[in-house]
Amino acid sequence: MYNIDTTKESFKKVHKKKRNIRQGFFLSLIRILGFSGAITLFVILLFVFYNGFQVLSWEFITQPPLEAMTRGGIFPVIMGTILLTSLCMLIVIPIGVVTAIFLAEYSKPGYMLKSVMMSIYTLAGVPSVVFGLFGLGVFVVMLNFGMSLLAGSITLAIMILPYIISTSEEALKAVPYSFREASLACGATKWQTIRKVVLPTAMPGILTGAILGTAKVSGETAPIMFTAAAFFTPGIPRSLFEPVMALPYHIYVLATAGTHIEETRPIQYGTAIVLITLVLGMNLLGIIIRLKQRKKRAW
Amino acid sequence: MVESKNIFEIKNFSIWYGNFQAVKDINLSIKSNRITAIIGPSGCGKSTLLRALNRMNDLIISSRATGQMLFHDVDIYDKDTDVIELRRRVGMVFQKPNPFPSSVYENVAYGPKLRGIKKKSILDGIVEQALIKADLWKEVKDKLNDSGLSLSGGQMQRLCIARSLAQEPEVILFDEPTSALDPISTAHIENLLQELQKTVTIVIVTHNMQQAARISHYTAFMYIGELIEFGDTNTIFVNPVNKLTEEYITGRFG
Repeated sequence: MYNIDTTKESFKKVHKKKRNIRQGFFLSLIRILGFSGAITLFVILLFVFYNGFQVLSWEFITQPPLEAMTRGGIFPVIMGTILLTSLCMLIVIPIGVVTAIFLAEYSKPGYMLKSVMMSIYTLAGVPSVVFGLFGLGVFVVMLNFGMSLLAGSITLAIMILPYIISTSEEALKAVPYSFREASLACGATKWQTIRKVVLPTAMPGILTGAILGTAKVSGETAPIMFTAAAFFTPGIPRSLFEPVMALPYHIYVLATAGTHIEETRPIQYGTAIVLITLVLGMNLLGIIIRLKQRKKRAW
Repeated sequence: MVESKNIFEIKNFSIWYGNFQAVKDINLSIKSNRITAIIGPSGCGKSTLLRALNRMNDLIISSRATGQMLFHDVDIYDKDTDVIELRRRVGMVFQKPNPFPSSVYENVAYGPKLRGIKKKSILDGIVEQALIKADLWKEVKDKLNDSGLSLSGGQMQRLCIARSLAQEPEVILFDEPTSALDPISTAHIENLLQELQKTVTIVIVTHNMQQAARISHYTAFMYIGELIEFGDTNTIFVNPVNKLTEEYITGRFG
């Protein structure tokens, strides 16, 4: 027989204190590390805003650059990024969604599906600079598009394709099987079921993926560096075959290649503020749509 | 009861999932404008047999059928069968109410729209008639544009019945339609089935023996893929021939 009281006492005196110290230490460590993401974001935003807020004005976003880009605004740069990403999305969304429909609805498990999936994952892992080089070789040189809006958009589209495919596929797969069953039992064909029930139900999910994809694309530098981005253009491109300025590339150029690197520091950070705002805004929109959808969903 | 003809004749019919035989060599006739219940313990193949009647089993890649399944004397497992038209004529209501995430109106108009009916006035009429027949019209006539998913469980199931009725089927298959519902909604749907049976043939799979006894004219008892006994519901429940049937009905296993 052992003495219960003694056991209790011994736990109190010997172990409890030691345990509490260790537990407290790891708990605080986890707390601090847990906030590291938030702290990093805060520091970056603070740093960029501190360095760039002085150039922010209505003119900054509505006027073209002046005097070798040391003064004036970044209007063509903003428009360039908007044009590049819009055109890219116009190209990639139909292709990505159709591929996702094939994968989620029509493909049968087996060797074919596995290799297609493997290719998509691998494509997603290719560094963006490789896409840039590919775009340069194929669209700019071989197809003779030149450094242009079109070449850049297609290159960006290829880069973001696996992301659009996988987010769309997930959205399609999240549609309950019972909806498909109900539709088929009403005498719908498979395609009617997809078009009238599955796609509309998956649409908010597909849209969220597309918006987050747009946010990703708008910040990419490497793929457009070789294919679309110009050091300077006086205005908005008038055709698909003209080069454009773009926010990420503009920051890179001002910070590394100009003759007035120090002078244009505030403009560099101002441009970064615009880019960050654009990306965060789109991410926020994506999150809002997702939350709204989750609330509405009753199945 | 007036003599009724066989709408389905099932002859030496089996269904396989890969190497597993889920339904074993079944012979059974289903009379038109009657309620036929299929009962049996879980996994006995009753749902599989039900889903064979409008070829919903086709959706399972590894499934295949042998034997004959005659619908109006035509084998529906024939190569030339128009499965889409078959499913229009043989509708289905599922265990869990599954309205589409669209309005009450759109849910009911879904089938007719698939068949190319576009005129609003015609669609309005079909929707109203189907909802009246499903005994849901009074409850939803002022909220036809509300989401079908905003209704109560029992209402959702009646909406699914209305959706099926709108395609003007000859047969409706019910796969445990009340197992997810409360007793009041269940009673409501049982009454509805007895009303519907005047115009459509009903085949119902149920776990609930009292339900089969209450509403059906014919009962089939299945056990491990085999049809053990089939006959008048009265005979099956009062004077079962087979010992297994008796044991199941009296609740000795299940």
